[in-house]
Amino acid sequence: MNRPSLLWKAYIAAFYIFLFAPLVVVAVFAFNASPFPSPPWRGFTLEWFTGTGAVFPKPGVLRDPIWLTSIGNSLKVAVPVALLAVIIGTINAWVLERAQFPGKTLLAMMMLWPLVIPGVVLGISILAFFSRLANGLEDWLQMDLDLMRPGLGLVVLGQLSFILTISTLIIAARLRKFDRSLEEAAFDLGASRGRVLRTITLPFLRPALVGAGLVALLMSFENFNTTLMLVGSDAPLPITMYGQMREGATPAINAVSLLVMLAVGAIASLFALTSKSQA
Amino acid sequence: MTSARRLTLFLMMAPAILWLGLLIVLPHVEILILSFSERVAPRVYQFGFGNYLEFFTEPLYWRTFARTAIMSILVTAITLLLAFPIALYIARVARGRVKAMLLLLCLLPFWVSELVRTLGWMMLLRETGLISYLLRATGLATQPVELLYNDGAVILGLVYGGLLFMIVPLANALESLDPSVVEAGYDLGGSRATVLRRIVIPHAMPGIVAGSIIVFMLTVGNFATPVLLGGKNGLWFTEQIYAQFITRFNWPQGAAFGMLLLLLSSAIVWAGLRLTGQGLGTTLRQA
Repeated sequence: MNRPSLLWKAYIAAFYIFLFAPLVVVAVFAFNASPFPSPPWRGFTLEWFTGTGAVFPKPGVLRDPIWLTSIGNSLKVAVPVALLAVIIGTINAWVLERAQFPGKTLLAMMMLWPLVIPGVVLGISILAFFSRLANGLEDWLQMDLDLMRPGLGLVVLGQLSFILTISTLIIAARLRKFDRSLEEAAFDLGASRGRVLRTITLPFLRPALVGAGLVALLMSFENFNTTLMLVGSDAPLPITMYGQMREGATPAINAVSLLVMLAVGAIASLFALTSKSQA
Repeated sequence: MTSARRLTLFLMMAPAILWLGLLIVLPHVEILILSFSERVAPRVYQFGFGNYLEFFTEPLYWRTFARTAIMSILVTAITLLLAFPIALYIARVARGRVKAMLLLLCLLPFWVSELVRTLGWMMLLRETGLISYLLRATGLATQPVELLYNDGAVILGLVYGGLLFMIVPLANALESLDPSVVEAGYDLGGSRATVLRRIVIPHAMPGIVAGSIIVFMLTVGNFATPVLLGGKNGLWFTEQIYAQFITRFNWPQGAAFGMLLLLLSSAIVWAGLRLTGQGLGTTLRQA
């Protein structure tokens, strides 16, 4: 099997072309000087990135409030999700790896569940539960609880419901490799609990913490299924893209996609670097 | 255990309990209850099986459900067939830098948003898209060709979206295959096909199961790809859930659909694990 046949090699080549064709097409047509994101090629332009709407009827991505607010909304969700995923993920990892208590296997099992639940179902169940909760609490407290109504706050909770599983797994895997005698040595040398945590344990976990944060950031930024069920009037980027794709968009959508690809590429290479230093 | 330690443990477990309780368990209890409530008058609900009966009596609903299940199985099978030669090449033939590069190139498109990938396929396949344009330019077609909004386009998009989740577990499983076992197979007179069938594929089984389960789950629960590539012909079950919840505001009906989708997805995962005797944890870690 070590001498691959020509047919096999040709298949591999065709496969990679198939894999990249859609992305290349999206990227190339971001620079097409045409009001529609389709052939023929009408010349090179940066109008769909920085245009003011003077040349084509619609402005470029970086000057269009629709795209800019969507990107802003995505960040408003992704940053808290990533931070909470790292903090809660670390605590969960400690519970899984260090604590002893009855029912631990069950808890560990339950932490995996969110990965087997379809995103749409996670979305509707959280929507329904929080609206019941909000109805009850509003009657009782006599005040509005907008945080529990569809909107960015609920999107953060919805995305956390499954991203926490991922961050917990990443951090727990790192904590498992930790040599506890290092901590004991520090205690023996008279270090306080807080100091050991700050100078020994957390530095060891750092690559996993950064990695989990980046993965959470990416997953949040790209999530569509769960987000779709929980958005209110402020749409994050994937929701805006979806709307534009249904209506038929200008090449501005290609431009925004290319920017997403570049940003994602940058985050992914950061992640690759941190996981390399971890190995 | 001293009370201080007990308190620490309790405080450390609080986030996990809040997470699983408030975001997973109680919401699912809520839609389970919701799915069994029928509207008898405005704002008055009572217990009943009406939402599930509606599913079985309205052909559109159960047909969409069956269609989603069957197409997802088809998509999983096609993904497996397409991914296997790639994973085999990455795991057993490619060496050193080429190997790392091939795997990285596989990963790249999947770091990019699902919406961007779908946009790419729309631009390739639609009537005014690149393929139709090239067909006309080369004289192979005289009219614009619409390749979008059919089952083929939906399957293509879903297979594309699932490939990575198949290749990685497959390559991981094939990686651990001892080359001397394969050689022994040839030495004993086995043909390429026999070695593949009797040695390579059985060894890759954990990867095949893990990949298939993940691809099936992602496909069944997908929303954007069938809706955007299939248009009105997409008819995916998640779309029905969305319609009941968001468009028609009939939450009990939508909750019943959600429970059915969850049931379908869990049943397939369970059956897959059962057939091959693997645990959920090990399977998910494969991916």
